[in-house]
Amino acid sequence: MNRQELWTAYRTIVVREILRFSRIWVQTIFPPVITTALYFVIFGNLIGPKIGSMDGHNYMDFIVPGLIMMAIITNAYSNVVSSFYSSKYQGNIEEMLVSPVPNWIILAGFISGGIARGLVVGIAVTLISLFFSDLRIENAWVMVTIVLLTATLFALAGLINAVYAKSFDDISIIPTFVLTPLTYLGGVFYSISMLSPFWQNVSLLNPVLYMVNGFRYGILGISDIPVGVSYAIIIIFIILLGTFSLSLLNRGIGIRS
Amino acid sequence: MTAALSISGLHKTYGDDFVALKGIDLDVQPGDFYALLGANGAGKSTTIGIICSLVNKTAGQVKIFGHDLDSAREQAKALIGLVPQEFNFNMYEPVQEIIANQGGYYGIPRSVTLPRTEQLLKQLGLWDKRKVMAQKLSGGMKRRLMIARALIHRPRLLILDEPTAGVDIEIRRSMWDFLGTLNASGTTIILTTHYLEEAESLCRNIGIIKQGELVENTSMKQLLNRLDTENYVFDLKQETAVLPPADAGCAISLRDPTTVDVSFNKQQYSLNQVFAYLNHHQLDISSMRNKTNRLEQLFMDMVTTDRPAAKIEAWDDKRTNTQSTEASTP
Repeated sequence: MNRQELWTAYRTIVVREILRFSRIWVQTIFPPVITTALYFVIFGNLIGPKIGSMDGHNYMDFIVPGLIMMAIITNAYSNVVSSFYSSKYQGNIEEMLVSPVPNWIILAGFISGGIARGLVVGIAVTLISLFFSDLRIENAWVMVTIVLLTATLFALAGLINAVYAKSFDDISIIPTFVLTPLTYLGGVFYSISMLSPFWQNVSLLNPVLYMVNGFRYGILGISDIPVGVSYAIIIIFIILLGTFSLSLLNRGIGIRS
Repeated sequence: MTAALSISGLHKTYGDDFVALKGIDLDVQPGDFYALLGANGAGKSTTIGIICSLVNKTAGQVKIFGHDLDSAREQAKALIGLVPQEFNFNMYEPVQEIIANQGGYYGIPRSVTLPRTEQLLKQLGLWDKRKVMAQKLSGGMKRRLMIARALIHRPRLLILDEPTAGVDIEIRRSMWDFLGTLNASGTTIILTTHYLEEAESLCRNIGIIKQGELVENTSMKQLLNRLDTENYVFDLKQETAVLPPADAGCAISLRDPTTVDVSFNKQQYSLNQVFAYLNHHQLDISSMRNKTNRLEQLFMDMVTTDRPAAKIEAWDDKRTNTQSTEASTP
């Protein structure tokens, strides 16, 4: 396939993915927006004033970046895991497998779909947050790049989960038992400076911590982690998961007999 | 001439011990309409899966119009269209989108796929359903949707894996017409089916897979010529209770007072002689038809016994539920 054909194939997959989650927006876009709005009301408005300030910002402002990032992570992951697994389950992944489209384009298409949903939900949650906080962006470049890289990373993780999944149960186990705990313990609701040195060190093993803090740096200009370290960790994970995902597709794991 | 499909030494082993293909060698020429038959589990779908890159082969070589599936994968895949056995499209996408997207995977821009989609949907009688979600289509419509999808990139080799399974006879016949026209326009077609009359009426050449091996690869005509016995059913104008005598090469039996089954060895007798004989015994014939599908008879013989196809027994009256009389023949 030449460059133009590759672009057409890539665009087809991305548009198909965007149409897929747009068609079922009540299941894909609306619930995370409602859930996050509830977090804003309960943690920010009701409990927040009793907590006071954190790292020099009121509690509501402190949790906004973490909650936006949580929505992006969850939705980038969910989109790819559910879409790719459904394609396997219904068999329509074969539409791509019989065609000459290379695996890296398939990978890029699904990942872009996940990023797109992450961004749509992230933007919706950000707009909701404006009702509760006076959001000012300290470093737009950092904010945007951290969002894109984080969404890419979790979209890749979602694809790996989908490749190995053999039932619909398998696509909910990782989000429930791995992703959610990592996100909740990744500094969304607190600064790790509040923790004892031991738990601070344990927290540093959590990759989500680097993403939440990188994003918080972009918005509030504060972070528990140097932003350069956040970038490095995210990029290393993207390279690892990206290489692994592509090798899974090339070997036909979970998709070819 | 470069073969449309060239397979050599194709092996497939699932897991450690299940050998699905034991070294298939097969050439299908451009423009052919080729039937690939076999019982369930014989290895047809595995063969097709390997050709279409849905199954990883264990060993062997596959070439599509000279393009090796290992070394020139993209070029080879661009020439194949597949209509799979199972419905494998996204049930929650509209018909038109499914087909246009398939074109997109082949790198064909929307400005080209949309007119082609319209043309294909009209040809296959699905244009009115273009905006309907695929799950709302009937079984026959879903089958036609898969054919349209497989043709969007105008493949030179179309592989149909039981395309008419579960489709009513009217739609099946219209699909036969469509496939016949497609083949006449130059598309090479490989068909697997359990409807043997479908293979017999559409295909020029035939391969039969049995337990992972290609046990037959010949022209349909040559294969059918091996059948010694012809079986006909004659409808009589008037009732009869007595049948004329038959001999070893011809058996006559009465199905009901106005229907006679005749089975004869075509090496010994012609249909004209049978007519003459029945007329001679005052059996006035109003109509006649083939009793059994000829290919079905050969196929059953090949896949269920170890006897060679040429030695099919003349007449087995246990197959029918009729009175039988035997005597001398014309």
